[in-house]
Amino acid sequence: MIKKGKTAGGITDTVRELSGVDLRVCLQCKKCTSGCPVAKLVKSPPSEIMRRLLMNSGDEILESDILWTCVSCETCSARCPMEIDVAAVMDALRQLALAKGASKQEGNVPLFNRAFLETVKLFGRTYDIAMITAYKVGTLKLMDDIEKFPTMLRKRKIALLPPMGADRKTIRRIFKKAKQDKGK
Amino acid sequence: MKYAYFPGCSAESTARDMHESTLAVAGSLGIELTKPRGWTCCGATAGHQTDPVLAASLPAATLIKVKDMGLNMVVNCAACYNRMKVANHQISTNPEIRRRVGDALGRDYDGSVKIRHFMEVLLEDIRLDAIKKALKHSLNGLKVACYYGCLLVRPHEATKFDDPENPTSLDRLVTALGARSLDWPHKVECCGGGLSMSRTDVVIGLTDAIVGMAKAAGADCIAVSCPMCQINLDMRQRDIEKQMGKRYDMPIVYVTQLLGLCLGISPDKLGFNKLMVSPSTVIAAVGDVV
Repeated sequence: MIKKGKTAGGITDTVRELSGVDLRVCLQCKKCTSGCPVAKLVKSPPSEIMRRLLMNSGDEILESDILWTCVSCETCSARCPMEIDVAAVMDALRQLALAKGASKQEGNVPLFNRAFLETVKLFGRTYDIAMITAYKVGTLKLMDDIEKFPTMLRKRKIALLPPMGADRKTIRRIFKKAKQDKGK
Repeated sequence: MKYAYFPGCSAESTARDMHESTLAVAGSLGIELTKPRGWTCCGATAGHQTDPVLAASLPAATLIKVKDMGLNMVVNCAACYNRMKVANHQISTNPEIRRRVGDALGRDYDGSVKIRHFMEVLLEDIRLDAIKKALKHSLNGLKVACYYGCLLVRPHEATKFDDPENPTSLDRLVTALGARSLDWPHKVECCGGGLSMSRTDVVIGLTDAIVGMAKAAGADCIAVSCPMCQINLDMRQRDIEKQMGKRYDMPIVYVTQLLGLCLGISPDKLGFNKLMVSPSTVIAAVGDVV
């Protein structure tokens, strides 16, 4: 859980650096929030996140529920009259939340992402069974969607064997590099 | 016409139907598709939500292989198409990202491979008049709601696919097949995509809004071009029924499946048996070209 406080250099500057977005041009017209498919499900919709960042918010913004409810549909970025890439701001906030160990939220999306990327790292491509198992064990949501499994298997919508033939060497190199670059 | 074809990971699992129908249609129209040797995952949503180096480097690992092949690349999965196009856009406009990607790959990549969606190849390279000449059957006025979702049209500066708010590519194609494409407001709404497992609650609400709107517009089926949209809209109808008591029975078909039917390809070869909601009404609607 992130305590109230400020990132050295300010979270607003860090987000600006990571996303390449100039937040100062935001007009608070709320077009991002109007088009956002999850705006009504979260406490702080995109326009409020933008405003809080401009007001030099503290690190507690990394606990915002929109970070892990956002579906990355990029409607916000597409409709911003000032061409602010709001979705890139959300990506930057998520990366910061991960780096600073913000609390796990509903659905534990970071665990899903980790499980997904782990199978990519191992096989060079996604391997659904391994990914789903890792995620379900981690969230204890073992029974969710279980009734669909036999149908999916019968229809061969889930592959039993891991993917073959991917260039795993390059993928391992990329993951190694990404790890080294962290925090740079 | 020859292209490097990127199937995407879902072609080997949840979107076998998309993959099979793409290959069948391509074969029938004389489009030659070659997979890049050793192709790898584009990183999908997990990649760009996690790390900027991963987000651009994972697609680039395959793009650089395609560059070596000297071909344009065609992608049918909207999610892969999106990640590939965004990576190319970032690499070609941001020297710092290009440097970091080059570092990660061990080779410089300039972001120059031309990436096309299969729909763009059909409409721009093959063209509708040639497709029409190849048709053996018609969709006979089948009412189709064409659903584009997010990833084809956004971010527009990277994908440059059609019109970001009112795309018509799929509509033009199904109209050429003899269907009636419907005017409806949810063409580019989001189905929740990659959050299907982690935030099923969110996804059920979003898919209900989309399928419900298509039903209200009078659709016989929804035509899609994205495996994430397909599996969400198709599979989650059962959950919508269980949790909300609404039963839609709305077939969610790939536009390549519709095209394949009209080209006279057997439904078995187009992966129709893999859909969750039965597409029998769609298959039954097909008639001879008049």
